[in-house]
Amino acid sequence: MSAPESFQAIIVGGGLVGSAIAWGLAREGLRCVLLDEGDIAFRASRGNFGLVWAQSKGQGAPHYQRWTRYSANAWPELARELADAVGADVGLHQPGGVHLCLSDKEMADRADRMAQMAREAGNSLPFHYRMIEAPELRGMLPQLGPSVVGASFTPYDGHVDPLRLLHALHRAFTGAGGVYVPNAKVERSDAAPRDFRVMAAGRVFEAPRVVLAAGLGNAALAPEFGLSAPVRPQQGQVLVTERVAPIFTMPTTSVRQTMQGSLLLGDSVAEVGYDISQKPAVMAEIAKRAVLSFPFIARLNIVRAWSALRIMPKDGVAIYDQSERFPGAFTANCHSGVTLAGAHARLLAPMIAAGQLDGMLDPFSARRFDVRDAA
Amino acid sequence: MFDLAIIGAGPAGMAAAVEARALGLSVLVVDEQPAPGGQVFRAVEAAHGDAVLGAEYSAGLGLVESFRRSGATFRPGTTLWHLDPDAGELSLTPGGPAQARRVLLATGAQERPVPIAGWTLPGVMGMGAAQIMLKTAGAVPAGRVVLAGQGPLLWLLAVQLKRAGAAPVLVLETTPKGRLGAAFRAGGWFRGRALLLKGLGLLREARGLAVVRAVTGLRAEGAGRVQRVAWDGGSAACDTLLLHEGVVPATQVPLALGLEHAWDAAQQCWRPVVDDYGAASHDRVAVAGDGAGIGGWQAAVAAGQLAALDAAHRLGRLTAAGLAQRAAPVRRMHAEALALRPFLDALYAPSAAVLAPVDDQVMVCRCEEVTAGQVRAAARLGAQGPNQAKTFLRTGMGACQGRMCGATVARLIAEIRGVAPETVAPLRPRAPYKPLTVGQLAGL
Amino acid sequence: MYATRPEARPATVEVFVDGVAVMVPAGASAAAAVLLAGAAAIRETSISGAPRLPYCMMGVCFDCLAEVDGAPNVQACMVAVAPGMRISRQRGARHV
Repeated sequence: MSAPESFQAIIVGGGLVGSAIAWGLAREGLRCVLLDEGDIAFRASRGNFGLVWAQSKGQGAPHYQRWTRYSANAWPELARELADAVGADVGLHQPGGVHLCLSDKEMADRADRMAQMAREAGNSLPFHYRMIEAPELRGMLPQLGPSVVGASFTPYDGHVDPLRLLHALHRAFTGAGGVYVPNAKVERSDAAPRDFRVMAAGRVFEAPRVVLAAGLGNAALAPEFGLSAPVRPQQGQVLVTERVAPIFTMPTTSVRQTMQGSLLLGDSVAEVGYDISQKPAVMAEIAKRAVLSFPFIARLNIVRAWSALRIMPKDGVAIYDQSERFPGAFTANCHSGVTLAGAHARLLAPMIAAGQLDGMLDPFSARRFDVRDAA
Repeated sequence: MFDLAIIGAGPAGMAAAVEARALGLSVLVVDEQPAPGGQVFRAVEAAHGDAVLGAEYSAGLGLVESFRRSGATFRPGTTLWHLDPDAGELSLTPGGPAQARRVLLATGAQERPVPIAGWTLPGVMGMGAAQIMLKTAGAVPAGRVVLAGQGPLLWLLAVQLKRAGAAPVLVLETTPKGRLGAAFRAGGWFRGRALLLKGLGLLREARGLAVVRAVTGLRAEGAGRVQRVAWDGGSAACDTLLLHEGVVPATQVPLALGLEHAWDAAQQCWRPVVDDYGAASHDRVAVAGDGAGIGGWQAAVAAGQLAALDAAHRLGRLTAAGLAQRAAPVRRMHAEALALRPFLDALYAPSAAVLAPVDDQVMVCRCEEVTAGQVRAAARLGAQGPNQAKTFLRTGMGACQGRMCGATVARLIAEIRGVAPETVAPLRPRAPYKPLTVGQLAGL
Repeated sequence: MYATRPEARPATVEVFVDGVAVMVPAGASAAAAVLLAGAAAIRETSISGAPRLPYCMMGVCFDCLAEVDGAPNVQACMVAVAPGMRISRQRGARHV
């Protein structure tokens, strides 16, 4: 092993969560090293759908709803600073978004869910939404099929090119002096309060802060730092069509048009462990729902498809923690690396730089599971 | 449920089908083309009478006829877009899925991409493409034709065009000086002398063509279409520029299945790892023919037969002794057909500049229009392989799914990382292997 | 630009390339018909609008994407000609 290399922060994980935090820390002036895996890895950042989405997150968990809203609000600033830093256009577009309902039952359930979220939001950051019936919705999305009975709409939603985002974050991070080390799966680590050593890629890195953003890898890594990250893989599959001239004015939860023109059709949910094989039956279900939503899509060619693994915390809500045993060690775990990039870069990173998570993140601690499991 | 499903009705697939049927297996053969033959015997039923194509091509008719008579179920014009080998389920379009106990991938080869400046200009094509024009339409390029590159196909095509009265105005051979000595030292030429003599015959017939040897720095130039071809030390006007630097296994499906692959240093490409019978790393999948490593059509026929024998044995239709007995002569034929490979591989090894263009302006991804310089920049940023480069640059996300750029991107990254090419794993393709419509998928 | 050799394969099928009638041999692909018609391009890319003609003719490169009988982005080298087939240039992204 070579001599230790000193940094002010070590970030483990070069996906969207890790690189958003890394960029945020580098922007705060910290000298950072970002440790990443190599070309072949489970990377949710390669497989996500690209929504910046508030209306589906945080039902029954108002703190998560609020955090998501903060992130959506922080997003324009993140996009601007990436444009300034590296000239990147990440394609952020936040015109609001809809969740399409294909039956009266879906519409009623959705209305209940939206009402609950509005109740839980309270008055500090009110949650405005509308349930829109088909005739009005057709005015917004003329290509809708006859099976669509309506949709929920919130003005906070949007989308972005998640791959451009990842590329831009990496460029901005290294442009700000950050050191990126690939093929650097953590081999060993030594933790002491505000004094961490991580061995990876045959090198030794030391810093008073370490941020674990290794996605599914956090589950095994967190205990080494006195933390807990109960996350599991959840498979999602997505289909991509050929490019079409601009047609949609806003994204939906299951169909969106990318800035290149392709339609993304998604996305499925399957609990199959560490399995990224594609299943024609699942792909067919995605296709069917897309065609029911927008019949013209039936004629389009599918040019690409994939399955990837979400990083799903036990209760679906993000986990943020600072280690009690080893202060200076933090974890960030979520399945919404795109939506939450704004919060991670602009809110979470400054907290980590200052050495203290804000009280609003207390309910995100993994300690919530201890309480629940003990009960 | 078929005993054996064969993907590809080229020499390997047809020979495997004939052999498997003779052993009593039920066989499904799927091919994208409307007729059997593969690329080497493409449209041979329609074009075997065209003397321009030569006697070797016409000989393919016999193989096609025995395949037609074999009793195998043939689904031409059909695309495999997903394969689940564990379940033995083939997703096919048009038409529904099919099931098979064993699957033989006989998907052949593709021309090695030749990324030079201007290779996206209209009028620049692969030599294989020109040969397909000849086989399927009897057509030849009009105007000034220049052939640039190297390999047996270059001389075969030059002669075919000459016979058709459309001789190339110029042949630019990229084989560096001194390669012939290396080729003889590589061995195999004596045992493979029948093929070698055939090649010498082509060279004799090509006499009289203008040839520039040891060409480097090839580029295509023109506004809106190719008008000139230039190289270090010269240039010439042309209307059609045909490129060729050999062929490589078509690994889209085997890579998507996650089959184990090995780096073929002699041919500078990845190929699926197979045993003596073509059995791959998944216990229900075999790969035979050029798709398992370039060997030419005679070797593919033998490999197809061996894979069929193995399938019969695994399905309990052939004893171990029967397998060994029947395989022995086929194995000899296989070795015979491959004898000249070391000589050819040494003679026609692609140059470094073909594998990784020196000029940063050269477009390596034709679909998403990404240059060599952009790939190098992504590698400097930290992309360790083509899968990361794909997320940064979209190389491999276009319509061809990386068939044209994947190897070049990996090579450029290896160059920037300063590592051997075999340490950079290839692009991992996903289904659909070929496009299908959302409606077709929804109708499943 | 390609030319048929009537002595080998007579051109017996009439198709329309960008609206212009052209006779091609049976068994030729739609992409071959475009080459025989001498068209300047079979598609314009959706990225830069650059013109392309078929490159590989064997289903690999996808540079022959064209509009065939009204269906956009068809791999023209994989489709055999039929009498009256209409093959048009694919101009950038598909319009719906």
